[in-house]
Amino acid sequence: MPQSTDATRLGINRTGLQMSPQHAKEMLQTEDLLDDESSGAQSSPGDEQALALARQEYIAAADPLGSIPAPATLKGAAKTAAKMLTGRRSQVFIDKLAERLAFERGGARLYDAVCAKAIAPSGDLNKINVDELLEIRDAEARHALMVKECMETLGADPTAQTPCADLAGVESMGLLQAASDPRTTLAQSLHAALAAELIDNEGWDGLIVLARDMGQENMARRFEQALKEEREHLTKVRRWYTQLSKEMSELM
Amino acid sequence: MTLSLFEDRGTPLNQQRFTWRELAGKPISKLDDDAFSRVRVILMNGIESEALRFSHAAARFNLELRRPLAEIRRVEQHQATMVNWLLGADHSPLETTIGYEQVAIEVTAALAQNEPDPYLAQVYRFGLLEDFDHMYRYSALLDRLEGKDSNNILQSYTDVLPGRPTVVEHRSPENDLRRPFDRNTAAPLTKLNALTLTAAEHQTHDYYMNIGPLFADPVARQLYAEIASIEEQHVTQYESLLDPSQSLLENWLMHEAMEAYTYYSCLQQEANPRLKSLWERMLNYELGHFHLVSGLFQKHERRDPQEIVGERLPEPIKFESQREFVRATLASEVDLRAKGADIVGLEEEPQESIDYRNHMNSQGSPSETVAAGYVWRPGTEVLSRAHIRAA
Ligand SMILES: [Fe+2]
Ligand SMILES: [Fe+2]
Ligand SMILES: [Fe+2]
Ligand SMILES: [Fe+2]
Ligand SMILES: [Fe+2]
Ligand SMILES: [Fe+2]
Repeated sequence: MPQSTDATRLGINRTGLQMSPQHAKEMLQTEDLLDDESSGAQSSPGDEQALALARQEYIAAADPLGSIPAPATLKGAAKTAAKMLTGRRSQVFIDKLAERLAFERGGARLYDAVCAKAIAPSGDLNKINVDELLEIRDAEARHALMVKECMETLGADPTAQTPCADLAGVESMGLLQAASDPRTTLAQSLHAALAAELIDNEGWDGLIVLARDMGQENMARRFEQALKEEREHLTKVRRWYTQLSKEMSELM
Repeated sequence: MTLSLFEDRGTPLNQQRFTWRELAGKPISKLDDDAFSRVRVILMNGIESEALRFSHAAARFNLELRRPLAEIRRVEQHQATMVNWLLGADHSPLETTIGYEQVAIEVTAALAQNEPDPYLAQVYRFGLLEDFDHMYRYSALLDRLEGKDSNNILQSYTDVLPGRPTVVEHRSPENDLRRPFDRNTAAPLTKLNALTLTAAEHQTHDYYMNIGPLFADPVARQLYAEIASIEEQHVTQYESLLDPSQSLLENWLMHEAMEAYTYYSCLQQEANPRLKSLWERMLNYELGHFHLVSGLFQKHERRDPQEIVGERLPEPIKFESQREFVRATLASEVDLRAKGADIVGLEEEPQESIDYRNHMNSQGSPSETVAAGYVWRPGTEVLSRAHIRAA
């Protein structure tokens, strides 16, 4: 892994206008060329509203991502909890439980990628407490397992990918790409983890409200415990990220 | 009774038209549509890609046919687009990969069972066990990289188990070449099967080549590099089953017959009404192509196209779980290897293949690394391990 100091070094980054003064000047002539009828370059009529309108057409015609599977019929003790699980609100609840499960599971894998950066031997900058990082990783896995158990008591299928669970995967993709790239530093990977923890905290908050709405007080209490842990994750990751960023700037 | 290729003339070419809006239509639902609908979508994209690929190659060898090739090719292009755009963007590239390997497993297993020529059937079973292993490796990657369960894509139709280990699938090129069927004696179904699998494997190869570099994770990049190489071997293998003495027009005719046959198979088994009518429309387009090419064939070769493709299409490809057949093949044929055109026992594998792969694997094996100790369990390894740690 490159050292954080390498990742912030000065160099010949070619992407900006200032890097190529002569060509940049020519690039800036394009607006005049568009105005000049003899240039041969003709813009399409209208503005970005055209794109917005095309989107509206597709939104109006679109099917949803998919559906939420109906809970299985239950026997015995689980029946009481399951009884309350009918109607729209319960579908939202199951969808959100499945989302949490998917996100926590993906979170464990995201931390696997961050941990790889933390244990890579590359200088003093990466001295954060790896054990604490691993503990966060395991907490995400435990949270996933806990949600799975909750879904089972409700008769919901924890192996099903619901629409919000599906979307959790789509949303997390960029974070995972950032953290799993061998070229990114520990600080850059932690930045992705920080975004994930912010989503995580928000997610549990919402789930607690939903659980209480559904009369699932026991679940709500377990979720509160998870939220407490997520707050600690957020504090820690933020602290590591800030600390590494600060050390980096001091070294410059 | 199956479809007659010669009775129904299909849609005339000048009525085969599209709009951009149609090409970028509504995708299928990753969550609610049957996995075999996705299998059909992926397979048909492969078939259409092959139509394009063949048509371009043919155009380079024949001036006279360039115009009809170009005219029909334009339609193939838009058919390919319309079909491929049915895949929704909530599939991650790796999830789509699981779909591709499901196609390879289920379609190859189905064709291996309906193939009348025992040699080709054996070649299909040989390839089957390799794609079966790819499924296992990619499932491990999906679990260990994205924290997702490949069975959400597979919908319990297809097992996730090691097959012939990918690490030993690497062979020297001469051991990927098989014996072609004889165009004069082979059954039409034999010709259709070989072409179908060549098409499916070729698109799989191209897909892995395109998406491999999209991954940030280094092991994912390695794994796509490794499996893309096997898919290249598979293309070499299946393509070598095609009789090279088939004329250009005979080849073209077979391609159009294959397109009609595969769309016909899709149409027979599709439950999604929107897809069903799409398959029907495409089948009619293909019948239009077939008739046009039949005419060219008669004109240029003065032969009866029925001699080449038979009068009626064969029974449709079965789009259903081939679990039992795959397990039986796994149990009895996992140790087979290739020696020239022959499928042989483990101990007969030529040294050239062993030397070749020893070098390829000498700096590590991605497929072994990614799946070390992997066991598919519902809801991913994250959950099953958390169980163990919590206990
Ligand atoms: Fe979490
Ligand atoms: Fe967390
Ligand atoms: Fe086509
Ligand atoms: Fe494969
Ligand atoms: Fe393959
Ligand atoms: Fe065609």
